[in-house]
Amino acid sequence: MKSFARIVARDVRLAVRQGSAGTMAVGFFIIVTVLFPLGVGPELNILARISAGVLWVAALLSCLLSLDRLFQADFEDGSLDLLVLSAVPLEITVLAKCTAHWLTTAVPLVVTAPVLALLLNMDTDGIPTLMYALLLGTPALSLIGAVGAGLTVGIRRGGVLLSLLVLPLYIPILIFGVGAVDARIHGLGPEPHLMILGAITLFAGVAAPWATAAGLRASLE
Amino acid sequence: MTLEVKELGCKRGGREVFAGLDFQLSPGELLVVTGPNGSGKSSLLRMLAGFLRPTAGSITWDGEPVLEDREAHGGRSAYVGHLDAVKPVMTVEENLEFWSQFEGALVGEGRVRAALERVDLVPQTDLPAGFLSAGQKRRLNLARLVARPAALWLLDEPTSALDDKSSQIVATMIEEHCQEGGMAIAATHLDLGIDAQRSLDIDAYRPRVQLEVVS
Repeated sequence: MKSFARIVARDVRLAVRQGSAGTMAVGFFIIVTVLFPLGVGPELNILARISAGVLWVAALLSCLLSLDRLFQADFEDGSLDLLVLSAVPLEITVLAKCTAHWLTTAVPLVVTAPVLALLLNMDTDGIPTLMYALLLGTPALSLIGAVGAGLTVGIRRGGVLLSLLVLPLYIPILIFGVGAVDARIHGLGPEPHLMILGAITLFAGVAAPWATAAGLRASLE
Repeated sequence: MTLEVKELGCKRGGREVFAGLDFQLSPGELLVVTGPNGSGKSSLLRMLAGFLRPTAGSITWDGEPVLEDREAHGGRSAYVGHLDAVKPVMTVEENLEFWSQFEGALVGEGRVRAALERVDLVPQTDLPAGFLSAGQKRRLNLARLVARPAALWLLDEPTSALDDKSSQIVATMIEEHCQEGGMAIAATHLDLGIDAQRSLDIDAYRPRVQLEVVS
């Protein structure tokens, strides 16, 4: 448990000092979202209709943007060797690194999402649900992404391969994330969608660290 | 506590690097592994650390294969590779503090200080590690050995990038570690300046290449 906290603290500190991951993800999130009204045109009802989908897709992509650095930086400077050869189970280390990734990337996205939702004329009823859905779904993005990041860690330009591996696995999260917001706006309960999002996150929390650890060990060979 | 290597073989990229390697290491012993570039010194150390799976033979600690219990092996081993695992945006002290504490044990501030003193990095304590020279980074990496005790040291070219004075410090560190009952395996093509009790020329285990006559 202590090890978990120390690894999270270190990664968060590194992210804050380098100032890259979080701000880049948020910047990308904002720009991608702002591009849509420019491309689709300024009709308010069309924007309102697509707002939840646009925000979720933008969130997936911004999350993906920083995932390829999740293990790559540690791999390049030799830290990964030391993290693997330690008394801490690699699965715990992976879980800690995912937590740090979520804190530095996804949490800023959840905070910026309401402002962008207003920009896209989303029904104000849907905004709290959007935030819940993002909070429940984004941990799974980090966790599932970690599996891809672990598998591609030694590969040059692994980021592209990572996207191809991981994006298809993000589809259920996208469907239920958008579904929750739409259900709320149309007066249906968003709870079933949110529960499924929670279930996906829980499942990823259990399965992804094992898969990632196995992938990392294979990448180090 | 014994590390035993039996009939160890290594294949990289389909090519056999070494085969039939046998040795045993007991507390207090230092094994210096020598051999030319590409003879498998680093591969041997990475195998002993558990990063590479042996393609033949076994590595056991007190009779138990090291890959059976990776955490136990991680807890007793310290690996110094070619890369220094130094984060440029953290200070020298923060770097060392993390590596000595992330496994849960709370190492006193004194211990981290002592380790920095040992490798002559005290003036740089609060400097972001990005400003260190290659030799200083290497010394920071080696300071881990003092700050976080381990029974088995796996050192891959520990004195590369180091000047004579720093190499001397490393040699003394290794000697003291062995006197205290630790084990160390160092791969090097430089002279460590230690009267090695045992050395292993890995080149002798290289499979003889059979030349084919193409007519």
